[in-house]
Amino acid sequence: MIFIIKVNNRELEWYEGMTIEDIFKIKNYTWTKIIVKVNKQVIDEENYKITIVNDGDDVQMLHLLAGG
Amino acid sequence: MDINKLKEGRKLLKEFKYDLGSIEKGYTNRTLYVNISENKIESKEVTPLMKEKFIGGKGFGLYTLWHGTTPSTKWNDPENEIVISGGPVCGITQYPGAGKSLVCSISPMTDIPIDSNVGGYFGPYLKFSGWDALEVQGKAENDIVVFIDGDNGVVRIEEAPLEAVDSHVIAEQLTEMYAENEADKRNISVISAGTAAEHSRMGLLNFSFYDVRRKVQRFKQAGRGGIGTVFRDKKIKAIIIKFSNVKGDLNNAVDKAIINKAGLKLHKEMHYLDDKQNRMRQVGTAYSQEIMSAYDLLPVMNFQYGGHEDVKKISPDVFKNNYLTQGMADGCWYGCSMACAKTADGFELLTGPYKGQKVTVDGAEYETLAGCGSNCGIFDPRAILEINFYCDTYGIDTISYGTSMAFVMECYERKIINKEFTGGLELKFGNFEDSIEVLHQMSRGEGFGLILGQGVHRMKKIFAEKCGADPDFLFDIGMEQKGLEYSEYVSKESLAQQGGFGLTNKGPQHDEAWIIFMDMVNNQIPTFEDKAEALYYFPMFRTWFGLYGLCKLPWNDVTPANNKFTSEPAKIPEHVQNYLDVVYGVTGKKLNTTEMVRESERVYNFQRIFNIRLGKGLRANDKIPYRSAGPVTKEEYEARQERFDGQLKEILNYDVEGKTTEEKMAVLRKHRESQYEKLIDAVYKRRGWNSNGVPTIERLKDLGMDLPELIEVVKDMQ
Ligand code: SF4
Repeated sequence: MIFIIKVNNRELEWYEGMTIEDIFKIKNYTWTKIIVKVNKQVIDEENYKITIVNDGDDVQMLHLLAGG
Repeated sequence: MDINKLKEGRKLLKEFKYDLGSIEKGYTNRTLYVNISENKIESKEVTPLMKEKFIGGKGFGLYTLWHGTTPSTKWNDPENEIVISGGPVCGITQYPGAGKSLVCSISPMTDIPIDSNVGGYFGPYLKFSGWDALEVQGKAENDIVVFIDGDNGVVRIEEAPLEAVDSHVIAEQLTEMYAENEADKRNISVISAGTAAEHSRMGLLNFSFYDVRRKVQRFKQAGRGGIGTVFRDKKIKAIIIKFSNVKGDLNNAVDKAIINKAGLKLHKEMHYLDDKQNRMRQVGTAYSQEIMSAYDLLPVMNFQYGGHEDVKKISPDVFKNNYLTQGMADGCWYGCSMACAKTADGFELLTGPYKGQKVTVDGAEYETLAGCGSNCGIFDPRAILEINFYCDTYGIDTISYGTSMAFVMECYERKIINKEFTGGLELKFGNFEDSIEVLHQMSRGEGFGLILGQGVHRMKKIFAEKCGADPDFLFDIGMEQKGLEYSEYVSKESLAQQGGFGLTNKGPQHDEAWIIFMDMVNNQIPTFEDKAEALYYFPMFRTWFGLYGLCKLPWNDVTPANNKFTSEPAKIPEHVQNYLDVVYGVTGKKLNTTEMVRESERVYNFQRIFNIRLGKGLRANDKIPYRSAGPVTKEEYEARQERFDGQLKEILNYDVEGKTTEEKMAVLRKHRESQYEKLIDAVYKRRGWNSNGVPTIERLKDLGMDLPELIEVVKDMQ
């Protein structure tokens, strides 16, 4: 059975123990200014490594706009 | 350089003396009119209507240009103008990024008004010298300079036959000539173009600021739309201004404390957060090069692809470690702690007329790196800096040049043009040596340089007529719209950004709206209505910077630590409040965010109607080349096959099994083109325009912009 979370309202396959840092790697997100929210709760950058997401969570990784 | 000799060549054509006047709440309340056909100079009053509805900066520029020209004025007619205006906040030194001026003219590339936002000291000095705007009209018989002496209240037009044309030379000559000593050099600012601006349509203007530590004139560019070409067509070699008494409070602001408070807050953010966020102080706007490639947004080989493995060779750290001087105050106006105007000092040139000289290169900024680098398949930092230097000194816009050269290179590789046509130059992707020769030809006014200097819009026609190329294919791959070359982002996967480029007033330049992340990555604006709202708010909000004399970068290239807790982090609400405070502090005008956007909207609609007055500005003019929306060629599709196939399956329920690439491309294209049309409908509706893109009289009334001259243009198009 495949478990799913939502990242920016798009489905992502979930596995046990998945952290925010893991999602950064899977999605290849390298932008300098990303706001992370799990179920609308802001997560601080120093906690990306230890914040575990659960099956069915709604994760937002909001890239702040840029462009000269 | 023998300054006395240059002076001997001078002939005074007109001298005008004026009272220095005073600045009240950011305004001098008059503009300076200089007619170089008739050698006439006069002072014009700034009316209450101008201040109320047009604010300053770009608003004053467009208003003045409208009244100075007619519906049939062409870019090279004497009545075309170059208008430079800073806006009421321009010149304060307490808030970062407050020294910008806006330059407006009818563009040789688009035949409609262009506006270009530029730093350097000229804008603030113009105001301190007593003028809210400078309006230059006419065409001189011989090469001239205009000198504004803001210390003594004198303006002169002089013939100047002996001065150089290339910017790095003439700026030094004129600084030397007008400064009394080394310390006085910072009081001089020079506007100049360059030799290639004379032979092409993509000429730019360099605005200088003297760098007291490097002892050299540095430049910021009014780059887009060919204003440097207009400048040289008018036979202006330079406009020089001198003002000696810069202080922080010259704008006569009503509440200095509130400005100081906002400024201090931002300086602190910059100090503590910039190194962790965008590193603007270390590498300038080039910080995003590699990241754009990782997100498939960096134009590679004429926007065919969005990333390349070699991009690491031109990463910000390569420039930082090998070329860019660190630890200098690189602000283009006093008080800018973002200090993003980086330079490569002591850079030895390997080609062209200045070969062997060691120069200071202003840049390379992101757009130059992407346009003249990856988009042309050039991944050599040295080569990019050399192109950057020559574009600047020759007076050439690096965006138009980069996008035009990328187009030429693709045409060459696809055998649409050949070596015979290019005069023996092998213009393949990555060929620095032959491509920089084209730039030198542009300066000399010869060979293939004359063709490239026409820009993509006109090259498409030339290649179709002279080389028998398929005009439809050229339309698809030629990255221009309204005659202006695209700036350097790949918008294929963001419908909203396709509109961000396509639904602009002046042509596809990202300074109105950059909403790729919001759309493509964050998925925050999924519906047409959401996208239309973003394409309403951001263009209006960003227009506002140009009305007041502000730089946009300190708004969003650093963000407050608590921004993530706000309800609309993309807007950076705390910084927006800073701007409202600063405007109140200078002018005494209390605005809220709705009124802020309405101020812009008035000028935005005025510009749209200006375009219509000149026979453009309608739905047909908002059509985009397909490459900005999807894969034109088989190679492009197949390079991202998984993505495109996936979309066909998921979005259109289309079974890709057993289908050829051509079949799949056709289905995808039909879908994407129809999406863009739907986007146009939604955006026009949100902006209060009819389905042909014409502002409705009802909307103009609501905005208080039902001025008779505007109604006259749109009344039969409702
Ligand atoms: S942020 Fe950069 S471009 Fe803007 S004012 Fe400061 S130095 Fe100039």
